[in-house]
Amino acid sequence: MVNDKNSQKIVDFIQNWARKHSIWVLAYGTGCGAIEIPPTMTSRYDAERLGVRGAATPRQADVLLITGYLTVKTLKRVIRVYEQMQDPKYVIGFGSCTINGGMYYDSYNTIKVLDKYLPVDIYINGCMPRPEAVLSGFARLQKRIAEGRANGAQQYKDNLEWYRANQKKIIPNWIMPEYNW
Amino acid sequence: MEKVLLDILGAIVTFLVAFVVGMTYGGLNRKITARVQNRKGPPWYQNFIDAYKLSSKKSAIHHGVMHHLGPAFLMVTSVMTLLIVPVLSHNNWFPNLNFQGDLIFLLYIMTFGPLGMALGAGQTGNPNSAIGVTRGLSMMVGFEIPWVLALVALMIQYHTTSITGLMEVQAHSGTWLMFSSPFAFIAAVMALFGMFRYSPFDIVGAPTELASGPIAESGGKYLFVMMSSGSVFTFAKLTLYVDLFLGGADNLFILIIKTFALYLIPLLYSLVSPRYRTEQAIRWFWGWPSFFGLLAILQAIIF
Repeated sequence: MVNDKNSQKIVDFIQNWARKHSIWVLAYGTGCGAIEIPPTMTSRYDAERLGVRGAATPRQADVLLITGYLTVKTLKRVIRVYEQMQDPKYVIGFGSCTINGGMYYDSYNTIKVLDKYLPVDIYINGCMPRPEAVLSGFARLQKRIAEGRANGAQQYKDNLEWYRANQKKIIPNWIMPEYNW
Repeated sequence: MEKVLLDILGAIVTFLVAFVVGMTYGGLNRKITARVQNRKGPPWYQNFIDAYKLSSKKSAIHHGVMHHLGPAFLMVTSVMTLLIVPVLSHNNWFPNLNFQGDLIFLLYIMTFGPLGMALGAGQTGNPNSAIGVTRGLSMMVGFEIPWVLALVALMIQYHTTSITGLMEVQAHSGTWLMFSSPFAFIAAVMALFGMFRYSPFDIVGAPTELASGPIAESGGKYLFVMMSSGSVFTFAKLTLYVDLFLGGADNLFILIIKTFALYLIPLLYSLVSPRYRTEQAIRWFWGWPSFFGLLAILQAIIF
């Protein structure tokens, strides 16, 4: 009865509905994009009415927000933060820099394509994306969660060797604890 | 035998009522905060959604046995407090497990949960948790003093150490203790600020400063248990205050009006206050609240 396919479908529907309406964001302020988060959260655009609110630590968060360019030094911390988060978890790449490097396309010290290192669920385009764009990105993420398609974390687990190889190529001194989720 | 079964059933009903009311108060808190800040704010049932999501998250953390037990300690404290406090004055539904001397027992048991939580937070090894625990225990030293002074004043004045005894005093004399011993009420309400840990006394949680302090390493199901125990404890505390000072309540509707009116005091004060430092908070509690507590004791001895 419990493992019945239809009852599982109903449970999934309710859980996805709850996850969709309660998104706790860990805003990892890597680049200039962090400045767009306060207006999104406060009176003018008020993301809390959609259930989006800030989380203080990775343990409590659902969404990791990579706001802007990611230097090689920061990447190591971001990976650690991501692996400390609990399932189900999502990543939002914020700004052009996470897509193709943006204006830092020829920098020696930033990563260009975030998707090679972390499984990105939603990209928000722009340099910088305005709060409207951020809210629209959250709405897209909510839609994906409701449809059950926001499974970046599963993808990360399945292709862990590929991601690890990419990460170790960038980070030479790899001294990191192993997480077993 | 039948009485025991009815008591167990009543305890479950009490727990559910406390859970729903406490969670709703939490949601209304967020709504009121949002309206004051000129935002639309989340719906009032947002806390229920958050709780369900937290309970459905997977947890794969292991810091040790005490870390698992910390939220359980909190929950046990909340439920024990709830079951000792009489919810309504005359009813058959809510069991009344109180006894002679339960006020003294309450004083002890209300500090038991945070102590268990402190042990659990200590085992995570997170430095933020350690700082949060230190701050929490320091602040407890602060607000316990006016709270104990207020309760001791009531015990001296009315020669009883049970909550039902104090409720009977109010029923006989017809005036609430809020009016017949006003200094004790003022001291107790000021101690309530510390118990709720809302701003300006949110030095324990302090999201931007300590990354939520003692609960920094707890997500998912741990946070769900803490959230529900917090909601139950909110209801239990407010009901205790209503029983002690506002003459109790005859039905749930009156209880909810009185508890919400009390709940608004720390909530509205929190909206206009920034955060104190630890030593400022302790100094605050050892200032006017303790002074009113001493006045209450003087009133109890002299009159």
